[in-house]
Amino acid sequence: MEHEVREARTTFGTMHQMSQPTAELLRQLVAHLRQNRTQLREEWARRITEAKLLTAMTKEEIFAEATSVYDNYVEALETGTFEALQAYARNLSERIIPRGVETHEVVGIVLLLRDVLARSLFAKYQNDFALLNRILDAYEPAANRIANTVAVGFVQERERVIREQQEAIRVLSTPVLQVRERLLILPIIGVIDPQRARQLTEQLLRGIRTNRAKVVVIDITGVPVMDANVANNLVQTVEATRLLGATVIITGLSPEIAQTLVTIGVDLGKMNTVGDLQGGIEEAERLLGYKVVPLTDNAELRT
Amino acid sequence: MEVPILKQGPYLIASIQSALSDADLVQLRDALVEQVGRLRSRGVIVDVTALDVMDSFATRTLRDITFMIRLRVAETVIVGIQPDVAFTMVQLGLKLEGVPTALDLEEGIAFLSKKDNGANKEATPRGR
Amino acid sequence: MRTRKLLLVDGECDPVDAHAQPDRFTANGRDRVLEEIAVQIHCDTDIVAARQKGRVLAASLGFSSSELTLIATAISELARNIVLYAKQGEIVLRLYERGEQRGVMVRARDNGPGIPDIRRALQGGFSTSRSLGLGLPGVRRLMDEFEIDSRVGQGTTVTARKWRR
Repeated sequence: MEHEVREARTTFGTMHQMSQPTAELLRQLVAHLRQNRTQLREEWARRITEAKLLTAMTKEEIFAEATSVYDNYVEALETGTFEALQAYARNLSERIIPRGVETHEVVGIVLLLRDVLARSLFAKYQNDFALLNRILDAYEPAANRIANTVAVGFVQERERVIREQQEAIRVLSTPVLQVRERLLILPIIGVIDPQRARQLTEQLLRGIRTNRAKVVVIDITGVPVMDANVANNLVQTVEATRLLGATVIITGLSPEIAQTLVTIGVDLGKMNTVGDLQGGIEEAERLLGYKVVPLTDNAELRT
Repeated sequence: MEVPILKQGPYLIASIQSALSDADLVQLRDALVEQVGRLRSRGVIVDVTALDVMDSFATRTLRDITFMIRLRVAETVIVGIQPDVAFTMVQLGLKLEGVPTALDLEEGIAFLSKKDNGANKEATPRGR
Repeated sequence: MRTRKLLLVDGECDPVDAHAQPDRFTANGRDRVLEEIAVQIHCDTDIVAARQKGRVLAASLGFSSSELTLIATAISELARNIVLYAKQGEIVLRLYERGEQRGVMVRARDNGPGIPDIRRALQGGFSTSRSLGLGLPGVRRLMDEFEIDSRVGQGTTVTARKWRR
Protein backbone atom coordinates (compact mmCIF):
# COMPACT_ATOMS: atom_id res chain seq x y z
CA MET A 1 0.00 0.00 0.00
CA GLU A 2 2.75 2.43 1.03
CA HIS A 3 4.83 1.48 -1.96
CA GLU A 4 2.02 2.29 -4.27
CA VAL A 5 1.35 5.62 -2.61
CA ARG A 6 4.97 6.58 -3.01
CA GLU A 7 4.85 5.65 -6.62
CA ALA A 8 1.76 7.70 -7.15
CA ARG A 9 3.54 10.73 -5.76
CA THR A 10 6.46 10.46 -8.15
CA THR A 11 4.18 10.56 -11.13
CA PHE A 12 3.09 14.00 -12.30
CA GLY A 13 3.21 16.24 -9.28
CA THR A 14 0.36 18.33 -10.59
CA MET A 15 -1.78 15.28 -10.26
CA HIS A 16 -0.94 14.59 -6.68
CA GLN A 17 -4.51 13.79 -6.20
CA MET A 18 -4.32 11.43 -9.15
CA SER A 19 -6.37 8.36 -8.72
CA GLN A 20 -4.80 4.95 -8.48
CA PRO A 21 -6.45 3.90 -11.72
CA THR A 22 -4.75 6.72 -13.61
CA ALA A 23 -1.37 5.69 -12.34
CA GLU A 24 -2.23 2.16 -13.34
CA LEU A 25 -3.28 3.33 -16.78
CA LEU A 26 -0.04 5.16 -17.30
CA ARG A 27 1.83 2.04 -16.31
CA GLN A 28 -0.13 0.14 -18.90
CA LEU A 29 0.52 2.63 -21.62
CA VAL A 30 4.20 2.87 -20.85
CA ALA A 31 4.41 -0.89 -21.03
CA HIS A 32 2.71 -0.82 -24.40
CA LEU A 33 5.05 1.85 -25.68
CA ARG A 34 8.05 -0.15 -24.55
CA GLN A 35 6.80 -3.34 -26.07
CA ASN A 36 6.22 -1.72 -29.44
CA ARG A 37 9.28 0.38 -29.28
CA THR A 38 10.86 -0.82 -32.48
CA GLN A 39 7.96 -0.34 -34.85
CA LEU A 40 6.76 2.88 -33.23
CA ARG A 41 10.21 4.35 -33.48
CA GLU A 42 10.50 3.36 -37.12
CA GLU A 43 7.10 4.82 -37.86
CA TRP A 44 8.13 8.03 -36.23
CA ALA A 45 11.39 8.27 -38.13
CA ARG A 46 9.50 7.65 -41.33
CA ARG A 47 7.07 10.44 -40.60
CA ILE A 48 9.93 12.79 -39.78
CA THR A 49 11.42 12.20 -43.19
CA GLU A 50 8.02 12.50 -44.83
CA ALA A 51 7.47 15.85 -43.18
CA LYS A 52 10.89 16.89 -44.46
CA LEU A 53 12.19 17.66 -41.00
CA LEU A 54 15.78 17.34 -39.83
CA THR A 55 16.98 17.64 -43.41
CA ALA A 56 20.39 18.65 -42.08
CA MET A 57 20.84 15.13 -40.75
CA THR A 58 21.33 11.77 -42.43
CA LYS A 59 18.82 8.93 -42.07
CA GLU A 60 21.17 7.09 -39.75
CA GLU A 61 21.62 10.14 -37.55
CA ILE A 62 17.88 10.71 -37.41
CA PHE A 63 17.34 7.15 -36.37
CA ALA A 64 19.99 7.34 -33.68
CA GLU A 65 18.55 10.53 -32.23
CA ALA A 66 15.03 9.22 -32.57
CA THR A 67 15.97 6.26 -30.46
CA SER A 68 17.23 8.33 -27.56
CA VAL A 69 14.38 10.82 -27.81
CA TYR A 70 11.87 7.98 -27.78
CA ASP A 71 13.43 6.36 -24.76
CA ASN A 72 13.64 9.61 -22.86
CA TYR A 73 10.06 10.40 -23.80
CA VAL A 74 8.76 7.12 -22.46
CA GLU A 75 10.96 7.48 -19.40
CA ALA A 76 9.44 10.88 -18.66
CA LEU A 77 5.97 9.43 -19.07
CA GLU A 78 6.86 6.70 -16.66
CA THR A 79 8.63 8.60 -13.93
CA GLY A 80 6.71 11.84 -14.28
CA THR A 81 9.84 13.78 -13.49
CA PHE A 82 11.12 16.29 -15.92
CA GLU A 83 14.60 17.17 -14.73
CA ALA A 84 16.08 14.29 -16.63
CA LEU A 85 14.10 15.27 -19.70
CA GLN A 86 15.22 18.88 -19.44
CA ALA A 87 18.82 17.82 -19.17
CA TYR A 88 18.35 15.52 -22.10
CA ALA A 89 16.68 18.28 -24.14
CA ARG A 90 19.58 20.66 -23.48
CA ASN A 91 22.05 17.96 -24.36
CA LEU A 92 20.22 17.14 -27.55
CA SER A 93 20.05 20.81 -28.46
CA GLU A 94 23.76 21.24 -27.91
CA ARG A 95 24.32 18.47 -30.41
CA ILE A 96 21.89 19.47 -33.09
CA ILE A 97 22.12 23.26 -33.05
CA PRO A 98 25.55 23.24 -34.68
CA ARG A 99 24.01 20.99 -37.33
CA GLY A 100 21.65 23.79 -38.22
CA VAL A 101 18.49 22.27 -36.79
CA GLU A 102 15.84 24.89 -36.17
CA THR A 103 13.17 25.39 -33.55
CA HIS A 104 10.24 24.47 -35.78
CA GLU A 105 11.90 21.18 -36.57
CA VAL A 106 12.40 20.25 -32.95
CA VAL A 107 8.82 21.16 -32.07
CA GLY A 108 7.67 19.32 -35.17
CA ILE A 109 9.35 16.02 -34.38
CA VAL A 110 8.20 15.98 -30.79
CA LEU A 111 4.63 16.61 -31.88
CA LEU A 112 4.96 13.88 -34.48
CA LEU A 113 6.09 11.46 -31.80
CA ARG A 114 3.14 12.44 -29.67
CA ASP A 115 0.84 11.73 -32.63
CA VAL A 116 2.48 8.41 -33.50
CA LEU A 117 2.11 7.21 -29.93
CA ALA A 118 -1.45 8.48 -29.67
CA ARG A 119 -2.40 6.67 -32.88
CA SER A 120 -0.93 3.50 -31.55
CA LEU A 121 -3.00 3.91 -28.39
CA PHE A 122 -6.14 4.36 -30.53
CA ALA A 123 -5.29 1.18 -32.38
CA LYS A 124 -4.75 -0.79 -29.19
CA TYR A 125 -7.81 0.37 -27.28
CA GLN A 126 -10.21 0.90 -30.16
CA ASN A 127 -12.52 -1.75 -28.89
CA ASP A 128 -13.02 -0.12 -25.51
CA PHE A 129 -13.91 3.48 -26.08
CA ALA A 130 -14.31 4.30 -22.40
CA LEU A 131 -10.90 2.84 -21.58
CA LEU A 132 -9.37 4.64 -24.52
CA ASN A 133 -10.70 7.92 -23.17
CA ARG A 134 -9.24 7.25 -19.75
CA ILE A 135 -5.92 6.31 -21.28
CA LEU A 136 -5.87 9.51 -23.30
CA ASP A 137 -6.80 11.51 -20.21
CA ALA A 138 -3.66 10.16 -18.62
CA TYR A 139 -1.52 10.45 -21.70
CA GLU A 140 -2.35 13.85 -23.15
CA PRO A 141 -1.31 16.18 -20.32
CA ALA A 142 1.92 14.30 -19.91
CA ALA A 143 2.65 14.28 -23.63
CA ASN A 144 1.96 18.00 -23.89
CA ARG A 145 4.21 18.75 -21.00
CA ILE A 146 6.96 16.72 -22.62
CA ALA A 147 6.60 18.58 -25.90
CA ASN A 148 6.75 21.84 -24.01
CA THR A 149 9.83 20.84 -22.04
CA VAL A 150 11.76 19.78 -25.09
CA ALA A 151 10.82 22.83 -27.13
CA VAL A 152 11.60 25.28 -24.36
CA GLY A 153 14.88 23.51 -23.63
CA PHE A 154 15.85 23.83 -27.26
CA VAL A 155 14.97 27.49 -27.47
CA GLN A 156 16.86 28.31 -24.31
CA GLU A 157 19.92 26.52 -25.59
CA ARG A 158 19.69 28.39 -28.86
CA GLU A 159 19.46 31.71 -27.11
CA ARG A 160 22.47 30.83 -25.00
CA VAL A 161 24.49 29.99 -28.09
CA ILE A 162 23.51 33.22 -29.79
CA ARG A 163 24.48 35.25 -26.72
CA GLU A 164 27.83 33.50 -26.59
CA GLN A 165 28.47 34.17 -30.23
CA GLN A 166 27.63 37.82 -29.85
CA GLU A 167 29.97 38.09 -26.91
CA ALA A 168 32.73 36.34 -28.82
CA ILE A 169 32.34 38.73 -31.70
CA ARG A 170 32.53 41.61 -29.31
CA VAL A 171 35.54 40.33 -27.54
CA LEU A 172 37.40 39.18 -30.67
CA SER A 173 40.93 40.17 -30.01
CA THR A 174 41.81 42.36 -32.87
CA PRO A 175 40.42 42.69 -36.33
CA VAL A 176 43.31 44.99 -37.11
CA LEU A 177 45.44 43.34 -39.75
CA GLN A 178 48.99 44.09 -40.64
CA VAL A 179 49.39 43.36 -44.32
CA ARG A 180 52.62 45.13 -45.11
CA GLU A 181 55.22 46.76 -43.03
CA ARG A 182 53.96 50.03 -41.57
CA LEU A 183 50.50 49.41 -43.05
CA LEU A 184 47.44 48.34 -41.09
CA ILE A 185 44.00 47.47 -42.34
CA LEU A 186 40.89 47.67 -40.22
CA PRO A 187 37.93 46.11 -42.04
CA ILE A 188 34.68 46.99 -40.30
CA ILE A 189 31.65 44.83 -40.95
CA GLY A 190 28.08 45.21 -39.91
CA VAL A 191 26.27 47.74 -37.83
CA ILE A 192 28.51 49.20 -35.18
CA ASP A 193 27.23 50.39 -31.84
CA PRO A 194 29.07 53.14 -29.96
CA GLN A 195 30.66 50.72 -27.52
CA ARG A 196 32.04 48.54 -30.31
CA ALA A 197 33.23 51.68 -32.07
CA ARG A 198 35.19 52.70 -28.99
CA GLN A 199 36.68 49.22 -28.73
CA LEU A 200 37.75 49.28 -32.36
CA THR A 201 39.37 52.67 -31.94
CA GLU A 202 41.32 51.53 -28.91
CA GLN A 203 42.43 48.36 -30.66
CA LEU A 204 43.47 50.32 -33.73
CA LEU A 205 45.49 52.86 -31.76
CA ARG A 206 47.26 50.12 -29.85
CA GLY A 207 47.88 48.31 -33.12
CA ILE A 208 49.45 51.43 -34.62
CA ARG A 209 51.81 51.66 -31.72
CA THR A 210 52.69 47.98 -31.68
CA ASN A 211 53.18 47.67 -35.42
CA ARG A 212 54.67 51.14 -35.85
CA ALA A 213 52.22 51.73 -38.64
CA LYS A 214 52.38 54.86 -40.73
CA VAL A 215 49.26 54.27 -42.79
CA VAL A 216 45.94 52.78 -41.76
CA VAL A 217 43.24 51.76 -44.21
CA ILE A 218 39.82 51.68 -42.60
CA ASP A 219 37.44 49.80 -44.85
CA ILE A 220 33.77 50.42 -44.25
CA THR A 221 32.43 48.68 -47.35
CA GLY A 222 30.68 46.23 -45.07
CA VAL A 223 28.97 48.89 -42.97
CA PRO A 224 25.45 49.46 -44.29
CA VAL A 225 24.51 52.37 -42.10
CA MET A 226 26.09 54.62 -39.52
CA ASP A 227 24.37 56.95 -37.13
CA ALA A 228 25.75 60.34 -36.19
CA ASN A 229 27.36 59.04 -32.99
CA VAL A 230 29.32 56.31 -34.70
CA ALA A 231 30.19 58.65 -37.55
CA ASN A 232 31.60 60.96 -34.93
CA ASN A 233 33.61 58.06 -33.51
CA LEU A 234 35.02 57.47 -36.96
CA VAL A 235 36.12 61.08 -37.22
CA GLN A 236 37.66 60.89 -33.77
CA THR A 237 39.50 57.74 -34.78
CA VAL A 238 40.99 59.54 -37.75
CA GLU A 239 42.07 62.42 -35.52
CA ALA A 240 43.55 60.16 -32.86
CA THR A 241 45.45 58.21 -35.52
CA ARG A 242 47.06 61.40 -36.68
CA LEU A 243 48.22 62.12 -33.15
CA LEU A 244 50.14 58.87 -33.35
CA GLY A 245 51.83 60.08 -36.50
CA ALA A 246 49.88 57.88 -38.93
CA THR A 247 47.61 58.65 -41.86
CA VAL A 248 44.16 57.20 -42.38
CA ILE A 249 42.64 56.22 -45.69
CA ILE A 250 38.93 55.43 -45.62
CA THR A 251 37.66 53.02 -48.24
CA GLY A 252 34.20 51.81 -49.11
CA LEU A 253 32.46 54.99 -48.10
CA SER A 254 28.88 54.66 -49.27
CA PRO A 255 26.92 57.75 -50.41
CA GLU A 256 24.64 57.34 -47.41
CA ILE A 257 27.44 57.35 -44.91
CA ALA A 258 29.13 60.20 -46.74
CA GLN A 259 25.89 62.11 -46.24
CA THR A 260 25.88 61.30 -42.53
CA LEU A 261 29.42 62.60 -42.22
CA VAL A 262 28.56 65.81 -44.01
CA THR A 263 25.55 66.23 -41.74
CA ILE A 264 27.69 66.12 -38.63
CA GLY A 265 29.95 68.75 -40.10
CA VAL A 266 32.82 66.75 -41.54
CA ASP A 267 34.66 68.28 -44.45
CA LEU A 268 34.97 65.26 -46.72
CA GLY A 269 37.54 67.11 -48.76
CA LYS A 270 39.86 66.89 -45.80
CA MET A 271 39.39 63.16 -45.42
CA ASN A 272 41.50 60.78 -47.42
CA THR A 273 38.94 58.51 -49.08
CA VAL A 274 39.32 55.95 -51.82
CA GLY A 275 36.57 53.94 -53.50
CA ASP A 276 37.50 50.40 -52.60
CA LEU A 277 39.85 48.48 -50.36
CA GLN A 278 42.19 47.52 -53.18
CA GLY A 279 42.51 51.11 -54.24
CA GLY A 280 43.07 52.10 -50.66
CA ILE A 281 45.93 49.68 -50.25
CA GLU A 282 47.51 50.95 -53.44
CA GLU A 283 47.22 54.51 -52.24
CA ALA A 284 48.74 53.48 -48.91
CA GLU A 285 51.68 51.87 -50.63
CA ARG A 286 52.16 54.96 -52.70
CA LEU A 287 52.23 57.03 -49.52
CA LEU A 288 54.66 54.68 -47.88
CA GLY A 289 56.99 54.71 -50.84
CA TYR A 290 56.71 58.41 -51.28
CA LYS A 291 59.95 59.63 -49.84
CA VAL A 292 60.07 63.37 -50.25
CA VAL A 293 56.97 64.63 -48.49
CA PRO A 294 56.52 63.28 -44.96
CA LEU A 295 53.08 61.95 -44.04
CA THR A 296 52.62 64.24 -41.08
CA ASP A 297 53.17 67.13 -43.44
CA ASN A 298 50.05 66.11 -45.35
CA ALA A 299 48.09 65.91 -42.15
CA GLU A 300 49.30 69.34 -41.18
CA LEU A 301 48.10 70.74 -44.48
CA ARG A 302 44.64 69.44 -43.87
CA THR A 303 44.21 71.17 -40.55
CA MET B 1 60.83 69.90 -12.46
CA GLU B 2 63.08 70.65 -15.37
CA VAL B 3 62.83 68.65 -18.54
CA PRO B 4 66.22 67.51 -19.87
CA ILE B 5 66.92 68.92 -23.34
CA LEU B 6 69.55 67.12 -25.39
CA LYS B 7 71.24 68.30 -28.49
CA GLN B 8 71.40 65.75 -31.28
CA GLY B 9 73.16 67.27 -34.25
CA PRO B 10 70.99 70.07 -35.58
CA TYR B 11 68.06 69.02 -33.42
CA LEU B 12 66.99 69.37 -29.83
CA ILE B 13 65.25 66.54 -28.06
CA ALA B 14 63.18 67.26 -24.98
CA SER B 15 62.27 64.04 -23.18
CA ILE B 16 59.51 64.49 -20.65
CA GLN B 17 60.09 62.03 -17.84
CA SER B 18 56.97 62.41 -15.73
CA ALA B 19 53.87 64.48 -15.19
CA LEU B 20 54.53 68.17 -15.57
CA SER B 21 52.79 70.97 -13.75
CA ASP B 22 51.62 74.00 -15.67
CA ALA B 23 54.66 75.95 -14.49
CA ASP B 24 56.96 73.15 -15.68
CA LEU B 25 55.38 73.23 -19.11
CA VAL B 26 55.85 76.97 -19.42
CA GLN B 27 59.45 76.60 -18.30
CA LEU B 28 59.98 73.93 -20.96
CA ARG B 29 58.52 76.20 -23.61
CA ASP B 30 60.78 79.07 -22.67
CA ALA B 31 63.86 76.85 -22.44
CA LEU B 32 63.27 75.36 -25.88
CA VAL B 33 62.71 78.72 -27.52
CA GLU B 34 65.83 80.12 -25.93
CA GLN B 35 68.03 77.17 -26.87
CA VAL B 36 66.78 76.95 -30.45
CA GLY B 37 67.72 80.59 -30.84
CA ARG B 38 71.08 80.29 -29.15
CA LEU B 39 72.16 77.01 -30.76
CA ARG B 40 70.50 77.71 -34.11
CA SER B 41 68.84 74.31 -34.06
CA ARG B 42 66.78 73.35 -37.07
CA GLY B 43 64.25 71.21 -35.27
CA VAL B 44 62.81 70.20 -31.92
CA ILE B 45 61.40 66.87 -30.83
CA VAL B 46 59.23 66.82 -27.74
CA ASP B 47 58.85 63.28 -26.47
CA VAL B 48 55.66 62.91 -24.43
CA THR B 49 55.78 59.12 -24.06
CA ALA B 50 55.79 59.42 -20.29
CA LEU B 51 52.78 61.71 -20.09
CA ASP B 52 49.74 59.79 -18.92
CA VAL B 53 47.49 62.82 -19.31
CA MET B 54 47.46 65.54 -21.95
CA ASP B 55 44.90 68.12 -21.01
CA SER B 56 43.94 71.45 -22.53
CA PHE B 57 46.86 73.31 -20.99
CA ALA B 58 49.47 70.80 -22.11
CA THR B 59 47.99 70.84 -25.60
CA ARG B 60 47.96 74.61 -25.74
CA THR B 61 51.55 74.80 -24.56
CA LEU B 62 52.72 72.30 -27.17
CA ARG B 63 51.05 74.41 -29.83
CA ASP B 64 52.70 77.51 -28.41
CA ILE B 65 56.06 75.77 -28.56
CA THR B 66 55.47 74.79 -32.17
CA PHE B 67 54.48 78.25 -33.32
CA MET B 68 57.12 80.11 -31.35
CA ILE B 69 59.85 77.83 -32.67
CA ARG B 70 58.56 78.29 -36.20
CA LEU B 71 59.22 81.97 -35.72
CA ARG B 72 62.82 80.95 -35.34
CA VAL B 73 62.61 79.04 -38.62
CA ALA B 74 62.74 75.65 -36.99
CA GLU B 75 60.22 72.84 -36.91
CA THR B 76 58.78 70.98 -33.94
CA VAL B 77 57.40 67.47 -33.84
CA ILE B 78 55.59 65.87 -30.92
CA VAL B 79 56.29 62.17 -30.52
CA GLY B 80 55.10 59.39 -28.26
CA ILE B 81 51.49 60.30 -27.61
CA GLN B 82 50.05 57.20 -25.95
CA PRO B 83 47.00 55.47 -27.49
CA ASP B 84 44.86 56.11 -24.38
CA VAL B 85 45.95 59.72 -24.29
CA ALA B 86 45.22 60.24 -28.00
CA PHE B 87 41.79 58.69 -27.50
CA THR B 88 41.00 61.01 -24.60
CA MET B 89 42.32 64.05 -26.41
CA VAL B 90 40.06 63.64 -29.40
CA GLN B 91 37.06 63.12 -27.17
CA LEU B 92 37.86 66.34 -25.41
CA GLY B 93 38.27 67.99 -28.79
CA LEU B 94 42.01 68.61 -28.43
CA LYS B 95 43.38 67.91 -31.87
CA LEU B 96 46.77 69.59 -31.80
CA GLU B 97 45.95 71.26 -35.07
CA GLY B 98 48.90 72.59 -36.96
CA VAL B 99 51.33 70.60 -34.84
CA PRO B 100 53.26 67.79 -36.52
CA THR B 101 53.19 64.47 -34.73
CA ALA B 102 55.08 61.23 -35.13
CA LEU B 103 54.98 57.85 -33.48
CA ASP B 104 58.28 57.90 -31.65
CA LEU B 105 61.77 59.37 -31.50
CA GLU B 106 62.95 57.50 -34.57
CA GLU B 107 60.01 58.68 -36.64
CA GLY B 108 60.40 62.16 -35.25
CA ILE B 109 63.99 62.42 -36.39
CA ALA B 110 63.04 60.97 -39.78
CA PHE B 111 60.35 63.63 -40.09
CA LEU B 112 62.69 66.46 -39.23
CA SER B 113 65.42 65.32 -41.58
CA LYS B 114 62.98 64.95 -44.45
CA LYS B 115 61.76 68.44 -43.83
CA ASP B 116 65.35 69.54 -43.65
CA ASN B 117 66.35 67.89 -46.93
CA GLY B 118 63.37 69.35 -48.64
CA ALA B 119 64.29 72.80 -47.49
CA ASN B 120 67.86 72.34 -48.57
CA LYS B 121 67.08 70.98 -52.02
CA GLU B 122 64.69 73.67 -53.12
CA ALA B 123 65.37 77.32 -53.19
CA THR B 124 61.70 78.22 -53.47
CA PRO B 125 59.01 77.13 -51.03
CA ARG B 126 57.58 73.73 -51.88
CA GLY B 127 54.35 73.89 -53.82
CA ARG B 128 51.97 71.28 -52.55
CA MET C 1 21.12 85.71 -6.78
CA ARG C 2 19.42 82.98 -8.69
CA THR C 3 20.52 79.44 -8.35
CA ARG C 4 21.12 77.91 -11.74
CA LYS C 5 20.66 74.21 -11.18
CA LEU C 6 20.51 72.29 -14.41
CA LEU C 7 20.18 68.77 -13.12
CA LEU C 8 19.32 67.16 -9.87
CA VAL C 9 22.27 67.22 -7.53
CA ASP C 10 22.22 64.65 -4.79
CA GLY C 11 21.40 67.24 -2.20
CA GLU C 12 24.69 67.56 -0.39
CA CYS C 13 25.53 71.23 -0.03
CA ASP C 14 27.81 71.25 2.96
CA PRO C 15 31.52 71.54 2.24
CA VAL C 16 33.30 68.29 2.80
CA ASP C 17 35.89 68.34 5.54
CA ALA C 18 38.75 66.12 4.47
CA HIS C 19 39.10 64.75 7.98
CA ALA C 20 35.44 64.06 8.58
CA GLN C 21 33.99 60.63 8.25
CA PRO C 22 31.98 60.53 5.05
CA ASP C 23 28.34 59.62 5.33
CA ARG C 24 28.01 56.04 4.30
CA PHE C 25 24.95 56.92 2.27
CA THR C 26 24.31 60.00 0.25
CA ALA C 27 21.14 62.02 0.52
CA ASN C 28 19.39 60.05 -2.18
CA GLY C 29 19.85 56.95 -0.09
CA ARG C 30 20.72 54.57 -2.84
CA ASP C 31 24.42 55.18 -3.44
CA ARG C 32 26.86 53.79 -0.95
CA VAL C 33 30.22 55.51 -0.50
CA LEU C 34 33.11 53.06 -0.42
CA GLU C 35 35.95 55.50 -0.10
CA GLU C 36 36.56 59.23 -0.22
CA ILE C 37 39.49 61.59 -0.63
CA ALA C 38 39.46 65.38 -0.74
CA VAL C 39 42.31 67.25 -2.41
CA GLN C 40 42.75 70.95 -1.77
CA ILE C 41 43.45 72.90 -4.94
CA HIS C 42 45.52 76.06 -4.64
CA CYS C 43 48.08 75.95 -7.41
CA ASP C 44 49.02 74.05 -10.53
CA THR C 45 50.93 71.29 -8.79
CA ASP C 46 47.72 70.40 -6.96
CA ILE C 47 46.17 69.68 -10.35
CA VAL C 48 48.66 66.90 -10.95
CA ALA C 49 48.22 65.57 -7.42
CA ALA C 50 44.44 65.47 -7.76
CA ARG C 51 44.47 63.60 -11.04
CA GLN C 52 47.07 61.11 -9.91
CA LYS C 53 45.10 60.35 -6.76
CA GLY C 54 42.00 60.03 -8.88
CA ARG C 55 43.72 57.58 -11.17
CA VAL C 56 44.86 55.39 -8.30
CA LEU C 57 41.43 55.46 -6.66
CA ALA C 58 39.60 54.59 -9.86
CA ALA C 59 42.12 51.86 -10.63
CA SER C 60 41.07 50.08 -7.45
CA LEU C 61 37.63 49.63 -9.01
CA GLY C 62 39.14 47.95 -12.02
CA PHE C 63 38.53 50.58 -14.67
CA SER C 64 40.37 49.94 -17.94
CA SER C 65 43.54 51.82 -18.79
CA SER C 66 41.80 54.10 -21.25
CA GLU C 67 38.99 54.84 -18.78
CA LEU C 68 41.55 55.78 -16.16
CA THR C 69 43.08 58.25 -18.58
CA LEU C 70 39.64 59.73 -19.26
CA ILE C 71 38.97 60.13 -15.55
CA ALA C 72 42.39 61.60 -14.80
CA THR C 73 42.03 64.07 -17.66
CA ALA C 74 38.56 65.13 -16.52
CA ILE C 75 39.95 65.75 -13.04
CA SER C 76 42.78 67.77 -14.55
CA GLU C 77 40.38 70.02 -16.45
CA LEU C 78 38.09 70.57 -13.48
CA ALA C 79 40.98 71.26 -11.13
CA ARG C 80 42.49 73.71 -13.57
CA ASN C 81 39.22 75.62 -13.74
CA ILE C 82 39.43 76.06 -10.00
CA VAL C 83 42.98 77.40 -10.21
CA LEU C 84 42.25 79.70 -13.10
CA TYR C 85 38.94 81.16 -12.02
CA ALA C 86 38.43 80.61 -8.32
CA LYS C 87 42.04 80.63 -7.19
CA GLN C 88 41.26 77.90 -4.70
CA GLY C 89 38.86 75.09 -4.02
CA GLU C 90 38.84 71.34 -3.66
CA ILE C 91 38.39 68.14 -5.59
CA VAL C 92 36.45 65.41 -3.82
CA LEU C 93 36.96 61.91 -5.11
CA ARG C 94 34.56 59.17 -4.10
CA LEU C 95 34.16 55.53 -4.90
CA TYR C 96 30.53 54.56 -5.09
CA GLU C 97 28.41 51.48 -5.05
CA ARG C 98 24.96 51.70 -6.57
CA GLY C 99 23.33 48.32 -6.41
CA GLU C 100 25.45 46.05 -8.55
CA GLN C 101 27.40 48.90 -10.13
CA ARG C 102 30.54 50.57 -8.93
CA GLY C 103 31.83 53.93 -10.01
CA VAL C 104 33.89 56.97 -9.23
CA MET C 105 32.66 60.48 -8.52
CA VAL C 106 34.69 63.61 -9.10
CA ARG C 107 33.36 66.76 -7.47
CA ALA C 108 35.08 70.09 -8.06
CA ARG C 109 33.97 72.67 -5.57
CA ASP C 110 34.98 76.30 -5.18
CA ASN C 111 33.81 79.60 -3.74
CA GLY C 112 34.83 81.55 -6.79
CA PRO C 113 32.95 83.98 -8.96
CA GLY C 114 30.49 81.43 -10.32
CA ILE C 115 29.38 80.99 -13.91
CA PRO C 116 26.97 83.62 -15.17
CA ASP C 117 25.69 81.71 -18.18
CA ILE C 118 25.81 77.99 -17.53
CA ARG C 119 24.00 77.06 -20.72
CA ARG C 120 26.55 78.87 -22.79
CA ALA C 121 29.41 77.29 -20.85
CA LEU C 122 28.00 73.87 -21.70
CA GLN C 123 27.68 74.56 -25.40
CA GLY C 124 30.29 73.85 -27.98
CA GLY C 125 33.75 72.63 -27.21
CA PHE C 126 37.24 73.96 -27.00
CA SER C 127 37.87 76.89 -29.23
CA THR C 128 41.17 77.16 -30.98
CA SER C 129 41.79 80.65 -29.75
CA ARG C 130 43.90 81.36 -26.71
CA SER C 131 40.90 81.50 -24.46
CA LEU C 132 39.94 77.89 -24.03
CA GLY C 133 36.93 78.53 -21.89
CA LEU C 134 36.02 76.13 -19.17
CA GLY C 135 36.17 72.95 -21.20
CA LEU C 136 32.98 71.73 -19.52
CA PRO C 137 31.43 70.18 -22.65
CA GLY C 138 34.57 68.10 -23.00
CA VAL C 139 34.43 66.87 -19.42
CA ARG C 140 30.78 66.05 -19.90
CA ARG C 141 31.68 63.94 -22.94
CA LEU C 142 34.30 62.00 -21.01
CA MET C 143 32.09 61.08 -18.07
CA ASP C 144 28.80 59.19 -17.74
CA GLU C 145 27.01 61.62 -15.44
CA PHE C 146 27.52 65.35 -15.17
CA GLU C 147 25.91 67.96 -12.95
CA ILE C 148 26.72 71.58 -12.37
CA ASP C 149 25.52 73.99 -9.74
CA SER C 150 26.82 77.52 -9.91
CA ARG C 151 25.79 80.78 -8.24
CA VAL C 152 27.30 84.06 -9.33
CA GLY C 153 29.31 85.52 -6.48
CA GLN C 154 29.13 82.35 -4.43
CA GLY C 155 30.84 79.52 -6.22
CA THR C 156 30.61 76.48 -8.43
CA THR C 157 30.25 72.78 -7.88
CA VAL C 158 30.74 70.39 -10.75
CA THR C 159 29.97 66.74 -10.13
CA ALA C 160 30.83 64.03 -12.62
CA ARG C 161 30.60 60.26 -12.32
CA LYS C 162 31.87 57.34 -14.31
CA TRP C 163 30.59 53.81 -13.83
CA ARG C 164 32.39 50.58 -14.45
CA ARG C 165 31.00 48.78 -17.48
